[in-house]
Amino acid sequence: MKFVRHEAPYLAPKTGVASMMQQVLFALVPAALVHVWYFGPGFIFNLIVASTFCIAGEAIVMRVRGRPPVKALSDYSALVTAALLAFALPSLTPWWVTATGALFGIVVAKHLYGGLGFNVFNPAMAGYVVILVAFPTHLNLWVAPRMGDIDYQYLSILQTLNFTIMGTLPDAVTLDAISRATPLDVMKSGLNNMRTIVEIRALPLMGDFGGRGWEWVGNLTLLGGFWLLIRKIIRWHIPAGVGVGLLLPATIMYMVGPDSHPGPAFHLFAGSTMLCAFFIATDPVSAATSPKGRFIYGMGIGFLIYAIRRWGAYSDGVAFAVLIMNMAVPAIDYLTRPHIVGHDVQGQQR
Amino acid sequence: MSAPTYDLGKLHGGLRLDAHKSQSTARPIMDVPVPGQLVLPISQHVGDPAQPIIGIGEYVLKGQLIAEAHGTLGAPVHASSSGKVVSIEPWPVARRFGETAPCIVIECDGKDRPVELAETPPAFDELPPDVLLQKILHGGIVGLGGAVFPTAQKLMQATTCELDCLLLNGVECEPYISCDDVLMRERAEQVVGGAQILMHALSLDRCYVVVESDKPDALHRLGEVMTELDDKRLVLKLVPTIYPSGGEDQLVQLVTNREVPSGGLPSDVGCLVQNVGTAAAVHDWIHDQEPLISRITTITGNGVAAPMNVRARIGTTVADIVNFAGGYTEHASQLIMGGPMTGKSVNTDRVPLVKATNCVLIMSETPSPGPEMPCIRCGECAAVCPVQLLPQQLFWYACADDEKSMRSYGLTDCIECGCCDLVCPSHIPLTADFRMAKGRIRELADEKARAVRARLRFEARNERLERDKLQREQELERQKEHARAAGPAAIAEILKRKQQQEEDEDRS
Repeated sequence: MKFVRHEAPYLAPKTGVASMMQQVLFALVPAALVHVWYFGPGFIFNLIVASTFCIAGEAIVMRVRGRPPVKALSDYSALVTAALLAFALPSLTPWWVTATGALFGIVVAKHLYGGLGFNVFNPAMAGYVVILVAFPTHLNLWVAPRMGDIDYQYLSILQTLNFTIMGTLPDAVTLDAISRATPLDVMKSGLNNMRTIVEIRALPLMGDFGGRGWEWVGNLTLLGGFWLLIRKIIRWHIPAGVGVGLLLPATIMYMVGPDSHPGPAFHLFAGSTMLCAFFIATDPVSAATSPKGRFIYGMGIGFLIYAIRRWGAYSDGVAFAVLIMNMAVPAIDYLTRPHIVGHDVQGQQR
Repeated sequence: MSAPTYDLGKLHGGLRLDAHKSQSTARPIMDVPVPGQLVLPISQHVGDPAQPIIGIGEYVLKGQLIAEAHGTLGAPVHASSSGKVVSIEPWPVARRFGETAPCIVIECDGKDRPVELAETPPAFDELPPDVLLQKILHGGIVGLGGAVFPTAQKLMQATTCELDCLLLNGVECEPYISCDDVLMRERAEQVVGGAQILMHALSLDRCYVVVESDKPDALHRLGEVMTELDDKRLVLKLVPTIYPSGGEDQLVQLVTNREVPSGGLPSDVGCLVQNVGTAAAVHDWIHDQEPLISRITTITGNGVAAPMNVRARIGTTVADIVNFAGGYTEHASQLIMGGPMTGKSVNTDRVPLVKATNCVLIMSETPSPGPEMPCIRCGECAAVCPVQLLPQQLFWYACADDEKSMRSYGLTDCIECGCCDLVCPSHIPLTADFRMAKGRIRELADEKARAVRARLRFEARNERLERDKLQREQELERQKEHARAAGPAAIAEILKRKQQQEEDEDRS
């Protein structure tokens, strides 16, 4: 009798990259639905545009690199990049802005470095930062969140689509009428104008603790994040690090000056802190690898988010914080190498 | 006997794997009858192969020495049954390097006639330790946990260290394998007896019998035997069911919280580890004068009709054992000698059962996980590595053939347990890659050694040439000096003689 031969071990692996990425996408669904509920259908159009360009960009660049495009596309990582980019974008974003970000992220930040596994920077954040720097005015068009009691002017689905594709609004509607500053913007400009936290928080846009709409997107992102933790797709070290790194300075400053510093809950739920902690910073490729290293990496991101929000020119600093810490990863990994069992031990008996 | 103490996880990482052991533990141990033919490799241990001392056509008896220990770390081989030696030839075997190895083939006569035994052997505790060690050396006993290190040499090496405990390894953490489990259930007396012999040989007064928490029956039986013996030196220890807690260094770490130094042995930290099967074999040899000619092995997997544990003679081919276990099922497509994590897959069932064979696993084809993807640095491999290596970094350095980094990141400390392979979402065959990289490191070291030798040779040659030249010059100088001392008359005489010589040559 003849048998086939393999190399040990002979048991089938437990997971796969594609299934991990699919689960990450799945975990984003609740947050995405709430996002659409509060900020309109623009998110869906952004997602479609980002996905199209991420997939097309990856397919083309793989072909240029002389590799089968299916091999890269079948791991779903391009779709995760597209989803994260879509979450970062305001719901009214012209398609070419989204496309630029998507293409830069996939082609330059991912494939020019060697593709999945070799990219130093988080592709979604690299793409986002490029369009943030290149087209700042286009990334300010956050529509007003659904308020329930207060009547604002909203765009219909078709009008949103029209804006995404053509960049034009219906007659008699101005951008100012439909767009609102984000809670982080409001907070920043309010503080710059010497208003107190209590005054700023009283604005209807500021919601209960993290900004109208934003806090619910944050809550459901947290839910998705917990699900990923339970499924062991991600480990707790990075999210905990981000939390500690952000909350530590935020709490201290809040206790020192509660009038001029927003509270810790605001920092956690306004902007994309939650998305960063569970979905962006946890991108394994561009993060540190050892448990200790991951906690330090997360703390660095958390602290930088706080620093940029508090002292920087941008109202939210997630993308910059992630990219800066991406650069620190090799050093963190090197400095947090675990003790190899049996190294630097003497025979204890002799 | 006190209640077993439970040591929980000082071990890093590891995996909880599906045990798949109940299939084979349902039946008692069965004896495989004498086969028609026995195939006995002369190298069933680490170290130099044994030297055959029988001729073709010779009739041998069961238990007769047919190949004696030779060279460093040798172990003898005994005939497992009576019959005629028909050939000594290369035969397919399960080993890491190469497909075949020289084997002594015996045509059995089925009578199973044993060699004459000396009358009742002296009780082991009447023998001085060094005599006992010498005796163990002749039993052909090697580590039965799979490493097949000659037991006597291991014990002798350990006596040069300051030991404080013997660890009897009954952990058997790899899935499917249950031979130690059933051994402890059915032959606990021999296991404990073996432990007492080993303790005497090493003059030790502490022995931990370590059992994994998923073997309650074995634990119970051992407990009973130990209570009966009332030997205060024996302590029963329970360890959690985590693969690979049964690795030698891992076991030391789990039970004593001592780290075996890199490149060192457990004896460096005062421990000696022996498999429970080895202890039973020592008992059988010292007490019953039966050398290691049979062993208990698990035959299991969905490819075999009746999974069970069998006691088979060393040299019985897998085909014979499978026949005994009801033959193959339609799922039989892989044959693995050993467990599913560290075993060696072979392509034919002509391979014999050897001293190392703790399991014969026959199973269906492993489902293909899909193509190998790039490493995404998820770090799961590092999280499960029991030695706390960084497989993702090692993989990187192995690809880059960076010998220095491979060494400093501890490639040589890799125990090849296969945990990283199983959790890798990119389906990178890390363990196989590391095995290859280890070979590469050895190769590079050899290359370096060869280069050093070549350089030394070259330098020696240059030196020699230089010396020769100097000598020649000195000789010339001496001759000149001589001639000068002799004066012009002598020189003229010499020149004349030379001329005469040339003329003679011209004429002839």
